[in-house]
Amino acid sequence: MPGEITTEQVAHLAQLARIAADEQELAQLSQDLGKILGAVARVQEIATDEVPATSHPIPLSNVYREDVPVPTLTQEEALSGAPEAAEGKFAVPQILGEE
Amino acid sequence: MARLLSYEEAVSRFDPVLGIEVHVELGTRTKMFDGAPNSFGADSNENVTPVSLGLPGVLPVLNEKAVEYAVKIGLALGCEIAESCRFARKNYFYPDVPKNFQTSQYDEPIAFDGVLPVELEDGEQLEVLIERAHMEEDAGKNTHVGGATGRIHGAEYSLVDYNRAGVPLVEIVTRPITGTGARAPEVARAYVQTLRDIFRALGVSEARMEQGNVRADINVSLRESPDAPLGTRTETKNVNSFRSIERAVRYEIQRQATVLSQGEKIIQETRHFHEDDGTTSAGRVKSDADDYRYFPEPDLVPVEPSREWVDQLRASLPELPAARRRRLRQEWGFSELEMRDVVNANLLDAVEATVTAGASPAAARKWWTGELTRQANAAEKDVAELGVTPEHVAELAGLVDAGKLNDKLARQVLAGVIEGEGGPGEVMAARGLELVRDDGALEAAVEEAIAGNPDVVEKIKGGKMQAIGALIGPIMKATRGQADAGRARELIIAKLGLG
Repeated sequence: MPGEITTEQVAHLAQLARIAADEQELAQLSQDLGKILGAVARVQEIATDEVPATSHPIPLSNVYREDVPVPTLTQEEALSGAPEAAEGKFAVPQILGEE
Repeated sequence: MARLLSYEEAVSRFDPVLGIEVHVELGTRTKMFDGAPNSFGADSNENVTPVSLGLPGVLPVLNEKAVEYAVKIGLALGCEIAESCRFARKNYFYPDVPKNFQTSQYDEPIAFDGVLPVELEDGEQLEVLIERAHMEEDAGKNTHVGGATGRIHGAEYSLVDYNRAGVPLVEIVTRPITGTGARAPEVARAYVQTLRDIFRALGVSEARMEQGNVRADINVSLRESPDAPLGTRTETKNVNSFRSIERAVRYEIQRQATVLSQGEKIIQETRHFHEDDGTTSAGRVKSDADDYRYFPEPDLVPVEPSREWVDQLRASLPELPAARRRRLRQEWGFSELEMRDVVNANLLDAVEATVTAGASPAAARKWWTGELTRQANAAEKDVAELGVTPEHVAELAGLVDAGKLNDKLARQVLAGVIEGEGGPGEVMAARGLELVRDDGALEAAVEEAIAGNPDVVEKIKGGKMQAIGALIGPIMKATRGQADAGRARELIIAKLGLG
């Protein structure tokens, strides 16, 4: 049923997006998202096979760059915003999960 | 788990099906979406721009060369090239992906529906169907530090280097490869080898497995019979050598057969291959594609390779390795077996260059796959490291053809070339190895041999012409191997009045 999204689905999406949300927020979000989905569903009613799907509103394609190197950051500059660094690398908390 | 079924048992009970995803790093000068250099060996986080690091506000711009290489790969694999395609964001969190998404292609790959002929080592041919080849960017590199086991779970922290982040990749995905039976491991290996050779022939990548330029993810599933629906698959990630590919497939077939034989189910998951003992172990349970929340990349416009450009690239494709092998085999008149020996020993370029330098194909093949390979093995070196060039071999073959060297002397000359004493002509002169054609010296040796072997002479006179061989030995000995055996034979026949 378009226009409907369960709190479980919202909780799953929140987890995928690493967004913390409590029960109340999840309930509110599922209502809000349901409305957005409802609006999209209405657009889908109008969109027929004759209307090609598009992801870019501007009729532009093939914007390329030549394969020519540009100046890079220095290691020091690259790491300047890092909360922690070691051995010229960004240091991040241990990774749970796997490679 | 119960004891592992033997491989023979596993493939007698089940029909294996493969699916292979190969990532190749393109050899462009710069990254996919920014001008940071794409080079190996820089210091950590030196080959980065704000785009590589995914800093706020940056915009990607597509590298035209990378698109060209992707189209070339697609064409070489017999794919259709999309008239229009786009990039998508694949969203997930991992420290080596600085933007929290990988820019990839999802529903609109640049190339699709191809077919690649693959030849196994014994000459058996099969066709692998290519589902798609799409463009994407590589991730950075994690190093895991600390922890008792050294494994990731025990690590205290991880270090990330973004030099590789944004390096252009093409990912090539097969359709299910069926009908291989027990040869599935060889097929997987031969397929990836064929791709590697194509990447090199196209000049789109150095394609060095050991540097991770080419990485394979291998899907394996089993089913009861070739008519049964496909079974649940596992995906063994990042298998990085041809030998490992073969071992990983073999082990996965055995493991899955063991699990299924016990009435248990295969879990759809990614697995890791362990080089040390050839086994795989479970990684994460495979996420649904939905969990990546793919959506069209709003910061990049569609790619629409013009048909003229595609035709131009098609016309510019070099001869592909398989076609080249076929052509050369015909030109040289080699049997399939002879050709395979040359190819499997990685000597095709050397033999071709030797033929170009003037040797007959048969002589070129004989020297490279014979004496030179033997010498290389003895020295535990690669043939290429012996310091013998195709020109040397052609010169040597020429000296043999001109009757100045026989096989045995030619091998001595070659040894001199390997020792660094110069080219074959110089070695022959310096070591005094030129065949004796001076009939004076030869005649003396022949007379001596006849006088010293009356019983042999008796046999020859009695009509046993093959006994002449027994006289050639002493003649060679007397001339230190420098006699022309054919001439010596003529002289013997003449001296005995049999001519």
